[in-house]
Amino acid sequence: MREKIYRLLAEHGRLPVDAASLGHDQDLYAAGLTSFAAVQLMLALEDEFDVEFPERMLNRRSFASVDAIAACLEELTVGKAA
Amino acid sequence: MSSLIERAERAADVAGRHAEAVDKGGRFPHEAIAACKEARLLSAMIPVEFGGEGASMSDIAEVCAILGQKCASAAMVFAMHQIKASSLIWHGREAPWHQNFMRRVSAEQLLLGSATTEGGIGGDLRSSLCAIEAEGEVFKLTKEGCCISYGLQSDAILITARRAPDSPPSDQVMAILTKDQYTLDLTMPWDSLGMRGTCSDIFTFSAKAPAEQILPSSFADIAAQSMLGAAHLLWGSLWYGLAADAVARAQAFVRAEAKKRPGFQSPGHLRLAEVSNMLQAMRANVQQGLDRFEKAHQGGDDLASMGFVVAMNQIKTAASRAAVDICNHALLITGIWGYRNNTPYSVGRHMRDALSSQVMISNDRILSNVSNMLLMHRVETRLVG
Repeated sequence: MREKIYRLLAEHGRLPVDAASLGHDQDLYAAGLTSFAAVQLMLALEDEFDVEFPERMLNRRSFASVDAIAACLEELTVGKAA
Repeated sequence: MSSLIERAERAADVAGRHAEAVDKGGRFPHEAIAACKEARLLSAMIPVEFGGEGASMSDIAEVCAILGQKCASAAMVFAMHQIKASSLIWHGREAPWHQNFMRRVSAEQLLLGSATTEGGIGGDLRSSLCAIEAEGEVFKLTKEGCCISYGLQSDAILITARRAPDSPPSDQVMAILTKDQYTLDLTMPWDSLGMRGTCSDIFTFSAKAPAEQILPSSFADIAAQSMLGAAHLLWGSLWYGLAADAVARAQAFVRAEAKKRPGFQSPGHLRLAEVSNMLQAMRANVQQGLDRFEKAHQGGDDLASMGFVVAMNQIKTAASRAAVDICNHALLITGIWGYRNNTPYSVGRHMRDALSSQVMISNDRILSNVSNMLLMHRVETRLVG
């Protein structure tokens, strides 16, 4: 799962740094993730993992790090084949 | 001490007496701001423990509306000061320097200015080119092409910059610098259609100060948690005051007409009912935003949510459009008497001041950001909650 997140982060995150160089728990906003790019990343994640982020996950914390994104996805894909 | 509202009304009387001179001269409303300082309005929102009176955002919004009825430029200066105060209060209350600075703002009634824009980034305040250059315990900062409203009259300025020279443009911090710590080189003076008293000159800002004056939170959090909501709600409130005064003038015009020609209904009568309707919708929009803001600040997740950002942004775009439409309606009702600048029904200044609302943080930029968020955020389908 994290591999896919890193790939989508590199494709949609518009980061000024190499996404692969970021740690799992590193703050993506401090690394240059804008709110515009965060939305684009959310759309790509929904598409890739075939999920829909509910309203309660649409906040800065849910997308603050690769770990945070993975935690949201794990919750949404429980019972689904990952 | 008399109530906040009574003191605001006294300051508004002063603002009203000088509104025309401020507008005609394109000068700072110094009498109105002196009256606000005299009435201790500048520290109204600061917590009691730091010398203020702990007023709520709704209390401050009411003061903005009261001032906005008399002089929109003075109301805007007051609103911008309070927006900066909100960042200081919510993000500086754990830091010793900022606690002490709040006491100074209260004791000396310091006027806070803002330097969040910069040449070369097209008005996006969540992006900076300039950076904090740390040198041991102090830092240096130079920001070019920044629009600082009442920069020359401010006692301190809250300024954004990248955290360090190697930080990306969105990794910003906010520092508070006092007048003795910075220099302002004027590059373009303010000469505008309306809001002529805000003196939103463009400067090159250079400063050197102790690093402890940088607010501990990231500017991303400051923008999302205090600045965004405070700015859009307080602007909306003063625009409401401005629009309400234009409607009051239109109503006075229609009443005078009705007394002169009993039983006669001019098209202006119907338009008055229409514009009163628009004013009611504008009031409900701002009030509902204030309620949501106050509730979000009592705890819970709303403050960090996308829905909150969308709501605050849409209050701004709706309130600014309403202000322009309402002033235009008042002009249609008062006709040539409203168009003239020297009658009791004049609404020309209101109209010119209201037009600024569409371009101070351009509605088009806000709508574009909201449209992106609406790819994720679901529209509210429940009416009551």
